[in-house]
Amino acid sequence: MPLKNGYLLELQKVSQIYFSGTRRFKVIQDFDLALSEGEFAALLGPTGCGKSTLLRIITGLQPPTSGRVLYRGEPLTGVNPKATIVFQTFALFPWLTVQENVEVALRSRGVPPGLRTARALDLLDRVGLDGFETAYPRELSGGMRQKVGFARAMAVEPELLCLDEPFSALDVLSAEALRGELLELWTSGHIPTKAILLVTHNIEEAVFLADRIVVMDKDPGRVILNMKVDLPHPRQRKDPKFLNLVDRVYMVLAGQTQPEHVELGTAPGEPGRTRALPHINIDDLAGLLEHLDSMPDNRADIYALAQELQINSDELLRLIETAELLGFATVAYGDISLSPLGETFAEASIRARKEIFANRIRRLPLFKWLLDLLRASDKKRMEWDVVQKALELEFHEEEAERQLDTAIDWGRYAELLAYDDTTQTLYLEPGPE
Amino acid sequence: MKPFPRLFKIPLPDWRPFSWGDAVVFVSLGVLLYLGIRLGMGAPAVIKGPEVDLSPGVLPYYVSLSLGRMAAAYLLSLVFSLAYGYLAANRPRAEKIMLPLLDVLQSVPILSFLPVVLLSFSAFLSPPLATEAASIVLIFTSQAWNLTFAWYQSLTTLPRDLVEASTIFRLNPWLRFKTLELPFAALTLIWNSMMSWAGGWFFLMAAEIFTAGEKNYRLLGLGAYLQEAANQGNLTAVAWGLAALVGTIVALDQLIWRPLLAWGNRFTMSMVEDDYPPTSWFYDALRTSKILEGLRCRVLRPMGEALDFLMLRLFPPKDKLPQVEGRTPLGLYVLGGALLVVLLYQGYRGLNLILGVSLYQWGVILLGLLVTLLRVLAALIITLSWTLPLGVAIGTNPRLAAWLQPVVQVTASIPATALFPVVVLLVIGLPGGLNLAAVLLMLMGTQWYMLFNIIAGAAAIPRDLKFTTALLQLGFFERWRTLFLPALFPYMVTGALTASGGAWNASIVAEYLQFGGETLKVTGIGAVIAEATASGDYAVLLAATLSMIIAVATINRLVWRRLYQVAEERYRMD
Repeated sequence: MPLKNGYLLELQKVSQIYFSGTRRFKVIQDFDLALSEGEFAALLGPTGCGKSTLLRIITGLQPPTSGRVLYRGEPLTGVNPKATIVFQTFALFPWLTVQENVEVALRSRGVPPGLRTARALDLLDRVGLDGFETAYPRELSGGMRQKVGFARAMAVEPELLCLDEPFSALDVLSAEALRGELLELWTSGHIPTKAILLVTHNIEEAVFLADRIVVMDKDPGRVILNMKVDLPHPRQRKDPKFLNLVDRVYMVLAGQTQPEHVELGTAPGEPGRTRALPHINIDDLAGLLEHLDSMPDNRADIYALAQELQINSDELLRLIETAELLGFATVAYGDISLSPLGETFAEASIRARKEIFANRIRRLPLFKWLLDLLRASDKKRMEWDVVQKALELEFHEEEAERQLDTAIDWGRYAELLAYDDTTQTLYLEPGPE
Repeated sequence: MKPFPRLFKIPLPDWRPFSWGDAVVFVSLGVLLYLGIRLGMGAPAVIKGPEVDLSPGVLPYYVSLSLGRMAAAYLLSLVFSLAYGYLAANRPRAEKIMLPLLDVLQSVPILSFLPVVLLSFSAFLSPPLATEAASIVLIFTSQAWNLTFAWYQSLTTLPRDLVEASTIFRLNPWLRFKTLELPFAALTLIWNSMMSWAGGWFFLMAAEIFTAGEKNYRLLGLGAYLQEAANQGNLTAVAWGLAALVGTIVALDQLIWRPLLAWGNRFTMSMVEDDYPPTSWFYDALRTSKILEGLRCRVLRPMGEALDFLMLRLFPPKDKLPQVEGRTPLGLYVLGGALLVVLLYQGYRGLNLILGVSLYQWGVILLGLLVTLLRVLAALIITLSWTLPLGVAIGTNPRLAAWLQPVVQVTASIPATALFPVVVLLVIGLPGGLNLAAVLLMLMGTQWYMLFNIIAGAAAIPRDLKFTTALLQLGFFERWRTLFLPALFPYMVTGALTASGGAWNASIVAEYLQFGGETLKVTGIGAVIAEATASGDYAVLLAATLSMIIAVATINRLVWRRLYQVAEERYRMD
């Protein structure tokens, strides 16, 4: 079938908006994407940028609030029968054997039993699961389960193969092996798949696999970089060209430290955007700062940090964002350097750290707002629900809950806030203000 | 090892104790009762029961009669549950009515319907058929709600990734039911079937022995046999009857429930292998049978394929996205309006009937409610006092648990109502007589829920916490105060919720009975209801039944549910 406009898949100004009461929250804004035959594209972005939602829109599991999805030039009106998904959580039926799990996809297409079995066995053979046909998913390792996921997806001979973070639930070695096998299947041309769309938050993985990388940012989800990867397969991770690309993506995602008033944003309810608190563990932040403190010149290349600290890029970027927000570090051109304050924090005692932390978070508009709210309230205490409702002016319900959760966590660490879980009330920690 | 899973969680929606939906449900129930009573007014005043033969040779026949009733009611419940739960889970509009209805039906003492159901059925059917049908309807009402609820809850908590996979791989409704919905619900359906079946025995035995004055609604079966034997003081027959009862229950457990559990274990969502999977010798024997294997390959599998093929053609997978429900069609409004008119009219007539109840009789009803409440509380306190230590002992000691578990489970599934005549025979001479027997019946019917829940709770206490309390050398009381009581609290509340429901039910048969040619009764709402049935005082019957339903539902909402919410929020371990 010839392609009408040259693209297998095209997204035109796709937006996704969640409504909550009278408020609207843009999850995805004006997203454009065009995918040609023979392309392997990666959709890369931090958690919460809406990339999984996009995948659901692309496969037709969910309609976009506005914009169009074209497949072979035709607007998509329902589930795309030519597309399939490999899920992050594998989505295997635990009560079906490996073979039955693959066959289910064929059964629903009315393939007769004999042919069905033959095809399932052939596919299992190809992904290297020969001999495991009668095993149940729970008997397999994560990597093997995902192989079943791939075999099942291949069984329906999809034109568009969508991969929803397929390697992120696997251990490092299985993920690496499976990536290699996927590439082999794809580059050998033995499968009828015309294009692959990989959703991931792992920067190296995207550079390793894809021919094109679409980088997204959150709040709202939008494209910030659309980059071709012109490296031949198999790609070498130590190759300077490879590292250069990884560095570039980190640079775009980590951004530049902005002047303070831009970084901090405004308080909830005021005009302008409220800066959301990144969801991090404070101990991890301290760990990052200590690590930077031990580096020469107190600076590091961000992509190199990810490897040294053995944490995924998504988590690292959130920690860096926090360090920037609190003035502990600055980011420029893909490098992070510790500020004098960050250095002091890294070398301080537990007590002193809490004090520095408290001083810093008092400057955050969201915190200032929260503390003022508490000070003004009766008996210096407020119920969780009331605060959350107020936060919902700025964030959607789920995010408001997470924001409050994080704020309480930080506030407790800084000994500014206390929270009583039984009565669900926040109150000011008594002490010199 | 998990002796007894929490069967289902009670939903915790908004915490208004009552809503408009509830009002509609209660009025509907009232109207239903009223219509039953209207029908029942045409019932013959004297009903002669069947002659019960006490020779042991008839027992197999009686057992098969009882089992047949149970099986018929269970099938009815299962079909009803699947359909009702499916509708409620997939039609948001239907859900709004169906869920509150289910919620109320789950919390009212169904056994209080027994007299009304018997009366109305005997008005238009001849005696054996009427009582048969009434008993099946009654057992159905005792079995259906928890099954329905379990199924509904499974359908609404299907894992998102599996649902999406089913859509992406274009499973049609039938394949979805077969490969996703039913397997996902299988384990809780099996557990709830066991519960339903146990509850069903309780009701069946009650239905088989119910007599009120000149109206003898007895049915030939195990329950009637035991009652007649106790009535005549025939201890040999009592022994035979008990043996048959225990034998039946053990056989069901070994030949049906254990194999089902062993088989059902494959449907767990857990991705790790179970250390102690449920086992069954009978299941193992079936699995190695060559005949069954042949049957499976030659007959069942091709039949399944043919069915899949047929269903695929009948219900092709939908590629269109599910549409948001459109506007309510006009017809539905008209139907709803018509129903409302009927409801209001009949409600008005029912109200008229109730208004005929004198103030004195209202006093009797209120007093009865209070006294029965006291009895229920007494039963609960006694239950807690012995199940708490024993449950903790079993739950914290896997060796003891492995040994005691089957014993306790079989004992628990012996319906208390079947033993009731025997208990009466034993304690009637003691001071307190029937009062004691009534509390004992409530106890026998309810303590097991509590015990199971406490065992489950104790088994769920993490080992490291137990070690910690040991390392801290906490004293006996301190250990109970800081560890066991808080950890068990959610389980005790769940147990008490079910137990108090059972105790109220028991009051119907426990407070008024014919024994050895005499009518025995104590003060209580159950006695008021049974007496009104005997004397044909329909106004009081309606008033008393409704009062009991509303009282129990109110207590459930205001006390147990609230405690349950606290328990879920504050004392949950996971």
